[in-house]
Amino acid sequence: MKYVDEFRDGALARNIAANIAREADPRRVYRLMEFCGGHTHAISRYGIADLLPDNVRMIHGPGCPVCVLPAGRVENGIQLAQMPGLILCCYGDMLRVPAAGGMSLLKAKACGADVRMVYSSADAVKIAQENPQRQVVFFAIGFETTTPPTAVAILQAQALGLTNFSVFCNHVLTPSAIAHILQSPEVRRLGLVALDGFIGPAHVSIVIGSRPYEYFAEEFQKPVVIAGFEPLDVMQAILMLVRQLNEGRAEVENEFSRAVTRDGNVKAQLLVAEVFELRRVFEWRGLGLVPYSALRIKAQYAEFDAESRFRIPAVSIADNKACECGAILRGVKRPQDCKLFGTVCTPDNPVGSCMVSSEGACAAHYCYGRLREAA
Amino acid sequence: MKNTIKPGYTRPLDFKHGRVDMTHGSGGRAMAQLIDELFVAAFDNEFLRQMNDQARFPAPQGRMVMSTDSHVVSPLFFPGGDIGCLSVHGTINDVAMSGARPLYLAAGFILEEGFPLTDLKRIVESMAQAAREAGVPIVTGDTKVVEQGKGDGVFITTTGIGVVPEGVNISGERARPGDRILVSGMLGDHGVAVMSLRENLTFHTSIQSDTAALHGLVAAMVAAVPDIHVLRDPTRGGLAATLNEIARQSAAGMMLHEDQLPIRGQVRAACEFLGLDPLYVANEGKLAAICAPQDAERLLQAMRTHPLGRDAAIVGEVIEDPHHFVQMQTTFGGRRMVDWLTGEQLPRIC
Amino acid sequence: MCLAIPALVTELLPDGMARIDLDGVRKEISLALVEDVAPGDYVIVHVGFALQKLDPEEAAQTLALFAEMGGQA
Repeated sequence: MKYVDEFRDGALARNIAANIAREADPRRVYRLMEFCGGHTHAISRYGIADLLPDNVRMIHGPGCPVCVLPAGRVENGIQLAQMPGLILCCYGDMLRVPAAGGMSLLKAKACGADVRMVYSSADAVKIAQENPQRQVVFFAIGFETTTPPTAVAILQAQALGLTNFSVFCNHVLTPSAIAHILQSPEVRRLGLVALDGFIGPAHVSIVIGSRPYEYFAEEFQKPVVIAGFEPLDVMQAILMLVRQLNEGRAEVENEFSRAVTRDGNVKAQLLVAEVFELRRVFEWRGLGLVPYSALRIKAQYAEFDAESRFRIPAVSIADNKACECGAILRGVKRPQDCKLFGTVCTPDNPVGSCMVSSEGACAAHYCYGRLREAA
Repeated sequence: MKNTIKPGYTRPLDFKHGRVDMTHGSGGRAMAQLIDELFVAAFDNEFLRQMNDQARFPAPQGRMVMSTDSHVVSPLFFPGGDIGCLSVHGTINDVAMSGARPLYLAAGFILEEGFPLTDLKRIVESMAQAAREAGVPIVTGDTKVVEQGKGDGVFITTTGIGVVPEGVNISGERARPGDRILVSGMLGDHGVAVMSLRENLTFHTSIQSDTAALHGLVAAMVAAVPDIHVLRDPTRGGLAATLNEIARQSAAGMMLHEDQLPIRGQVRAACEFLGLDPLYVANEGKLAAICAPQDAERLLQAMRTHPLGRDAAIVGEVIEDPHHFVQMQTTFGGRRMVDWLTGEQLPRIC
Repeated sequence: MCLAIPALVTELLPDGMARIDLDGVRKEISLALVEDVAPGDYVIVHVGFALQKLDPEEAAQTLALFAEMGGQA
């Protein structure tokens, strides 16, 4: 596969690894956070930790939109799915997220709710077209990468004159999450994770561009390198961060230059701005209430907003007391530091959000990385 | 007026437009007609012709093996096969994985009311052809009908028996550190072929299911290396599930080499699209074999000489490991675990 | 879920759609989020939408960077 295989080449990996080993200063530790769930997955799946020197450490951030979706919103999704005649469409990742009492969309489906997995928001619109007598709700989640497709779906539904289609919007914003990690009230309780730099998300950055990260680099004096999706991209970004830290720089650099520009995808941004606006506050699983971190559908598109069409009560479901997701999402603790990890909480029976999606820090460690701590 | 109706005339089943209804499972005339005109006609052998509820045959000499499998694949028809031939191949393979020569099959059908007879005929004829080509007759069977909505068109359960030759001891707990792990060919074809038809996931590919009866390949392998330690076919859950099972049974670990895994470009691409790992995708015409290191080359050659083993490869080795992990050296140079499959990631494919 | 993959655009289709090919696997996707895409271009595909055109020159430069020998600490 072109533009994929070349970016997974083992020989080049060894070259970059040698560069990192050579340039990492043995007198210091480099603590780097990768924010994007796709990066967490790539690091685990390709065993990148094996190729880094001991003083370069990767910390997993809250970049998994499934993981940060609060249980209360999943509960709302289940309530919608249980409405007679309603079809709930969602991405595959949502099916097993646990809500209250071990319930999930998949279990609701087993009890008779019409829950349908879709690959694209456009599929949900199609289902609405094909079932004019039934209400169709699309359970929208995701960071800035996935928001434009939802915007397109709403505009498409409007153009088609659909009266039975609406979106349950749970889109969240990356810069807010990063800021929250660096400066939130919980910092005092959970401790401020010592972080030296960030690997910026790949696909979110395609949409938002590199400019939004300049604020963090400037304000918090931490370098940010936006990395592509493939393991070589991640390794090169690690090398670029090591170099910045060695040189005392705190800039935004773009390793993913083949797809990311400073301005990003303006067309996609305009479509999002047309349909969505900021929520003043939104609850993130494990992080609590985060201001200006999420989107809701604008009033002029209210007929496509499931929260306008249906009465959806705000439900707050507390996480299990022993669950360390909050600390793990902040990078303060590792999956193996959680008492529940691997015993009570496993990918088959996830207790907390970090175990639910394959991109979550706990799931990734369980599936790919357990051999390291066992060794 | 002349009587033009022939005496003893029974209207034959309408295979073009007819549908299964509750009478076909009720034990009466309609069921007898279905069995006679469809199943017996297609499977046609001396046992079925006796029209008894059981098949009688002389006791085979040697150690016998028996295996059963239920097939609930959806969709029923997919590129390269259907639930019918799948159910024949699947059980023949389970029997063959002991090193046995499969002898007879039994087939049980649960039909959903309303299921089109034309589809049923297609499935049954596919089974008959698969059984004929494999040289393993379906000697007895059963049919039941359930109400509409209680079944997915048709569910098939097949049971098979076979005889294991002397000197052959193939079993999941025989993998030993140092042994080599082989696979008989390209991984992931069946799962991708079936998923390409799944609603809301439609993508176009020329990948066909690899569904096949492997007893001939197994016979060739056993002839070359009688002391094969383990054989298993990686169906649901893919090679990952199979190797994890064996690792647990044998109380050993495994190390795979990603660059040795035989996987088609299109299968890799489809898995990329869908975020799947080919190691977890089902196969229906492949086997994994574990043998002593000194036998590996000979076994590989025997496999490659057989039409169903042309792309066979040595993909890893069994290692000492108190945790019984299955690990993989990635093409990238790092190591990762190849754990058990978590939850239901794929639609019913076997 | 953050899955996005570069794929070759083989054909433009009506209603802002296009056919893409990834090593022989083909799918129809939407071009609603991009402009000026022509057959022969590579796009990054996410949940059935093209997010961006891939810049082949930048890709080549990035690969060249991977192969560079680094400096000292």
